[in-house]
Amino acid sequence: MKSSIQFRLNGRPASLDTDDSRKLLWVLRTDLGLTGAKYGCGAGACGACTVLIDGKPVRSCVTPLSAARDREVTTIEGLARDGTLHPVQEAFLEHGGFQCGYCTPGMILTAAAFLHENPAPTREAIAARLEHNLCRCGAHTRILDAVETASKTTTAQAKGGKS
Amino acid sequence: MSALLNPSHGFNRRQFLKMVGGGIAVLVVGGPAELFAQDRRRMYPEDLNAYLRIGADGRVTVFSGKIEMGQGVLTSQAQMAAEELGVALESIDMVLGDTDLCPWDMGTFGSLTTRMFGPSLRAAAAEGRAVLLNLAAAKLGAAKTDLIVEDGVVSVQGSPDRKVTYAELAQGKKIARLIDEKAVLRSVAQFKVMGKSPRRLDGREKVTGAAHYAGDVRPQGLLYARILRPPAHGATLGTVDTAAAERRSGVKVVKLDDLVAVLHADPEAAGAALADVTAEWKTEPLALDPENIFDHLEKTATKAEEKDHRGDVEAARTAASRVFESTYRKGYVAHSPMEPHTAVAEPKDGRVTVWASTQTPFPLRDQIAQALKVDTQKVRVITPYLGGGFGGKSAGRQAIEAARLAAATGQPVQVAWTRAEEFFYDTFDPAAVVKVASAVDASGKIALWDYAVYAAGDRGAALFYDVPNARVRAFGDTSYREEAGPQSRPSLHPFATGPWRAPGARMNVFAVESQIDLMAAAAGVDPLEFRLRNTSDERMRKVLREAATAFGWPGPKAGSGRGRGIACGIDAGTYVALIVEIAVDAATGAIKVERVVAAQDMGIIVNPDGARMQMEGCVTMGLGYVLSEEVPFKGGEVLVRGFDVYHLPRFSALPKIETVLVKNDDVAPQGAGEPAIVPLGAAVANALSDATGKRLYRLPLTPERVKAALVS
Repeated sequence: MKSSIQFRLNGRPASLDTDDSRKLLWVLRTDLGLTGAKYGCGAGACGACTVLIDGKPVRSCVTPLSAARDREVTTIEGLARDGTLHPVQEAFLEHGGFQCGYCTPGMILTAAAFLHENPAPTREAIAARLEHNLCRCGAHTRILDAVETASKTTTAQAKGGKS
Repeated sequence: MSALLNPSHGFNRRQFLKMVGGGIAVLVVGGPAELFAQDRRRMYPEDLNAYLRIGADGRVTVFSGKIEMGQGVLTSQAQMAAEELGVALESIDMVLGDTDLCPWDMGTFGSLTTRMFGPSLRAAAAEGRAVLLNLAAAKLGAAKTDLIVEDGVVSVQGSPDRKVTYAELAQGKKIARLIDEKAVLRSVAQFKVMGKSPRRLDGREKVTGAAHYAGDVRPQGLLYARILRPPAHGATLGTVDTAAAERRSGVKVVKLDDLVAVLHADPEAAGAALADVTAEWKTEPLALDPENIFDHLEKTATKAEEKDHRGDVEAARTAASRVFESTYRKGYVAHSPMEPHTAVAEPKDGRVTVWASTQTPFPLRDQIAQALKVDTQKVRVITPYLGGGFGGKSAGRQAIEAARLAAATGQPVQVAWTRAEEFFYDTFDPAAVVKVASAVDASGKIALWDYAVYAAGDRGAALFYDVPNARVRAFGDTSYREEAGPQSRPSLHPFATGPWRAPGARMNVFAVESQIDLMAAAAGVDPLEFRLRNTSDERMRKVLREAATAFGWPGPKAGSGRGRGIACGIDAGTYVALIVEIAVDAATGAIKVERVVAAQDMGIIVNPDGARMQMEGCVTMGLGYVLSEEVPFKGGEVLVRGFDVYHLPRFSALPKIETVLVKNDDVAPQGAGEPAIVPLGAAVANALSDATGKRLYRLPLTPERVKAALVS
């Protein structure tokens, strides 16, 4: 059933007139032309389709568009602001935390949301948080290295902000 | 020259000269003959090979049929070109896997990019540098030998003001060079770009979501197709009813004799319409399953090829005081790239352009042309980034489907397999069997080696141990079949099989290095010492020693439930040794690999960090085929639809991985994408034996199998 739906997308207002039971992944990829979120399994099991709703990671392949109503949706395309990469993106570049790059948007968004809530996690905690994001190339070691490095940057930034 | 420039490859001299436009283009004719001889198979045509162009703006464009699927060859190929040309890495643009623009290439597999294509690419770049130096010598009025090149600027030695840029030299020029691959390449001591680890050139796109994969290409009017699939391989379609689907708004139905699809501008609507299609299938029962497949393989794979025979195997067997006879097995393994097979086909102006996740753009172009019954010139395959390949994207069924549906509808069509389709149509790594009989003499030297492999081929089976009496035989046709149907169903396997990262070698080295280990144990010799005692191959001895040093072999005695294992192998011209440390949970049978040291001699290293990434990737991905991955099936029915049933390695399985790059600048660059995955099965099985005294002869080493072995 078509309905009007408004939300914020990567910091800008978005408005659609469509069936709000459609999955967010396909609305993003087709209607909105944002192809950074990837289809990997269609069952919410691999994390390649991860986007943030109000800063929380969701599996967009099993999330209806209605879940975004009046909320803030962040995709990998919107994580860098004004051309400046997010510390997690910067750290993935520095450590080579990707190979084929297909799971990378989901890894980065999941990690970025995690660091926002847990500024100084242990390596074990990072691994546990990313357990349900699959990577087939075997970039895992570098991904953990990258998120650890990013956590130091975000912690330093947070401290800098407070002082 | 016309014989050399075979237009059947779709790219000829006339086109080449036309494409040059302004600037300087260099094309390498011929290939690395000695490598052809080494591999005994042709990987390149004689007509065209490497190709690059130096534009009037000073930018260099490299055209290569080698595609980027995560292995980092976008960057390493650019490094090779930049090194030989004498330009900064940043001034290189790469065009990969576009059949209209790139020289013909058989495909990206077998760790061939660096060792086979690399020499041609470097030769093209070296020739480009020579052309530019000649131009510079004339322009600067200096002898060529007095010129130096740095970052695309040629200057006279000792007079840095007398200089000219490559851009200035290329301006207004229209030079095309067609050369044999004889250029003198730069040496390791001269390297400025090779041997370094720059950030990957695909990095920024990949961390920002800007990187495009086949499914991200969305031409105007794109229709998403969902295709009717059989319940099992070997099933034939009886009646099909698409009436309900056709009644849905915006749905197009295409019914070709062997291809029934529903299409819609919204992928979910296409999926919903497919659910409305009803069909009757005829299936033939096939009594094969993951347990009885091994007997079937041994019985069916009867065609034998003798790969090695030396000494007197029978006499050695009779003379041996004890013959170790073992049978090793491994089930089917899925590629499971995170990006399922995807393609977008757009018909336009009498041609069709197909963006495909493929490791083999040129052979795929020919297959599409054949399927559409058109000339190959009417088909263009463009290869965006691949979301993983691992051999599985050598098969391009989805691209043929997309092209056929585009031809049928006259509209652009995307075929993106669901995860279930990806598991169903995957060309699995074949199940295989190895039988070995071996013996060791009183001095701890191997006296007998009688080896037979079924269904895996002989890659990785060649002996690097010094054995006087040996025989190596490979049984069964290992040519892969992509198509699965009643007529084409291979009798050996119930479904399609194909190359999977180091095909065959993982099975063979699992068997070889397990067998070596059990002989070492029986002889009461340390497994490292046993290997060193039995091989005079200096490259192998060196990787073993360097791995042992990095690991601290053997170290203090391992505690209860803990073990260490060693294994080594040769693959893609590269030598590799792995040492692992594991913990075994006696209650569950679960193996946790805690530490892996990987030492690798891959000749000259183009990009050290890239090489380490590939080694780490091999080890991490390898944990799957070693510990958990085996495709469940019943006859032609694949009993896996998603990741809930088929378990890929996750972060919790990750060991500490230490990579050792064994220096060997005397050998040209060799393969790095596959070798380190090869010995992992045996290394872990050997560690299990060390930890528990129990040896498993079948991969994967699942908790159930380990537990069963522990209580037996």
